[in-house]
Amino acid sequence: MAAILDRRMLLAGAGASAALPYLGARALAADPLKVGFIYVGPVGDFGYTHAHDVARKKTQDFYGDKIKTNYVENVPEGPDAERVLRQLAQEGNALIFATSFGFMNATAKVAKTLPKVYFEHATGYMRGPNLATYNARFYEGRAVIGTIAGMMSKTGVGGYVASFPIPEVVMGINCFTLAARKVNPKFQTKVLWLSTWYDPAKEADAAKALADQGADIITQHTDSPAPLQVCEQKGLYGFGQASDMSSIAPKAHLTAIVDNWAPYYIGRVKAVMDNTWKTGDTWWGLKQDTVQIAPYNPAMPDNVKKAADDVKNAIIAGTLHPVTGPVSDNKGTQRLKDGEKATDEMLEKMDWYVEGVQS
Amino acid sequence: MSLEIAISIVMTLVIAATPILLAGLGELVAEKSGVLNLGVEGMMLVGAVAGFITASLTGFTPAGYAVAALAGLCASLLFGVLALTIGANQVATGLALTIFGTGLSSLAGAGFVGTTITRLPALFPQGLAGHPIFRIVFGYDVIVYLSVALTLAAAWFLNHTRPGLILRCVGESDASAHAIGYPVTVIRYLAVAFGGALAGLAGAYYSLAVTPMWADRITAGRGWIALALVVFSSWRPWRLLLGAYIFGAVMTLELYSKAAGFALLPPEMLAMLPYLATVVALAVIAMRPSRGRLDAPRCLGKTFRAGA
Repeated sequence: MAAILDRRMLLAGAGASAALPYLGARALAADPLKVGFIYVGPVGDFGYTHAHDVARKKTQDFYGDKIKTNYVENVPEGPDAERVLRQLAQEGNALIFATSFGFMNATAKVAKTLPKVYFEHATGYMRGPNLATYNARFYEGRAVIGTIAGMMSKTGVGGYVASFPIPEVVMGINCFTLAARKVNPKFQTKVLWLSTWYDPAKEADAAKALADQGADIITQHTDSPAPLQVCEQKGLYGFGQASDMSSIAPKAHLTAIVDNWAPYYIGRVKAVMDNTWKTGDTWWGLKQDTVQIAPYNPAMPDNVKKAADDVKNAIIAGTLHPVTGPVSDNKGTQRLKDGEKATDEMLEKMDWYVEGVQS
Repeated sequence: MSLEIAISIVMTLVIAATPILLAGLGELVAEKSGVLNLGVEGMMLVGAVAGFITASLTGFTPAGYAVAALAGLCASLLFGVLALTIGANQVATGLALTIFGTGLSSLAGAGFVGTTITRLPALFPQGLAGHPIFRIVFGYDVIVYLSVALTLAAAWFLNHTRPGLILRCVGESDASAHAIGYPVTVIRYLAVAFGGALAGLAGAYYSLAVTPMWADRITAGRGWIALALVVFSSWRPWRLLLGAYIFGAVMTLELYSKAAGFALLPPEMLAMLPYLATVVALAVIAMRPSRGRLDAPRCLGKTFRAGA
């Protein structure tokens, strides 16, 4: 069974558990393995955190009473995270997933002081003997929806509701635009930065502003379904973010990039059970089913479905890399030569926009 | 810039301004009576979730607004019991109400994530509401017109009626009002309840009109903007209306200018503009030689105890 905690309950419980000596979850073989998760947002965001929590539940269901998962939601990225991590460890969680980039320093610090607990940090780059990192190649999904956008857009202008200009978001914009321009070389992507991951009203207004500037297909790298609702209202097309959002906008929702962390979580839990857990950096994508493409909208023409499937299958087969040269940035400098593929390092540090991006 | 886009900008800003105007107006009346309720964000969230659940279950959106106002009112009464009857610190109680409202709304709304409801239609017939030009005036739902009408009513009530005068008197000098024989606490309860009902309505405007869905913390801090707006308005309803539309314009214009390919300000600036505008307005008001104070009700935030 899953225990639902929030931060305040955890703080209250911490005093009691601190008095107990730390045993480690494997000290008592009969006890279920305890696995902890910390989330940056609410599980009800219907986006990023929601997707992590769906994976947690799947992991719990997969192992039944052999494990016990706990989570703490709405953990601020900063010193608070350190305290929550420590407390999860004290409560006996042998494996702890810190699911947001901003938990990186706190996780690294706590991992050093608690060498017997395994830590996993999403989307970061700091690793240690008991601290692994994991991420998903969402940009592969962006190439699929970019292909759809390029074919479905009549105006040739796509809108992109974006959060912060970090490499994760920048590579998504670039892959979307590159894929769209492959099918429509004149395609332009208008990017609107909001400086927030989550503000439904602002996301909706941004989508309206983009639509009024001629964008007839809108995608997003913010967490609420608000931009999709604007598309539904205005008769435009859009894509879901992190979760299948078709229930919110049945007509506008063409497909979604779905985060599926469950295979990774299930695998890592098994590694702890088998005593084979090793640190490392995992970056899975469409091939490993970590990045999924939601079912297509039935209204999407067959040739578009096929083109999208072709891109998806080629990425899975390894015959297509979404960022393959020639690629020039939007200032005219060539970044990749003909046939040259972007390395993971280049993607992780991306701070330039491909031709066709208006930012 | 084409006329069509200009109209679209105005319509977007009116919708952005309406909920902060409603929440701000409620808080203005409460503050006029001398009560500082920092729980606006919490009451908005309670209203937003109650309104959404009602509209979702009944399929009747107007019922959602009615229940939202009622829910906001109930939340404000909770504040009233603690801050007015028991005499707890208003600032602490208000903040607690916000934390409570955030948690409660998240709990109550958990089963409704990922569903949607139908918005209220425009108040006026399609010929006017859908007209390419006249829609700038006639293209909104009833809540938008209600927010303006309520501003008018509040301005008239506060400045031209006897009960309004009594309410202001309670806010300016609770001891004097009490000495004359006015029931200070009862009057403050009424003002706080009015504030709660409007905050609930404002919250529901997000979950039922701006983005008709439920998502945790859907108001995303607009309650704090409404609080800032009350100070910005220096406790005058008309200035509050103006301020709400200025705040709405600032938020909307920035997005449109960037979508059009030029940025007036970096996005980080945009996020702090409403608060910055409040600070500037405060400074300007404070510098006027004729008035040394900020027009704040003198008993604002003070706990009143009869006979104390």
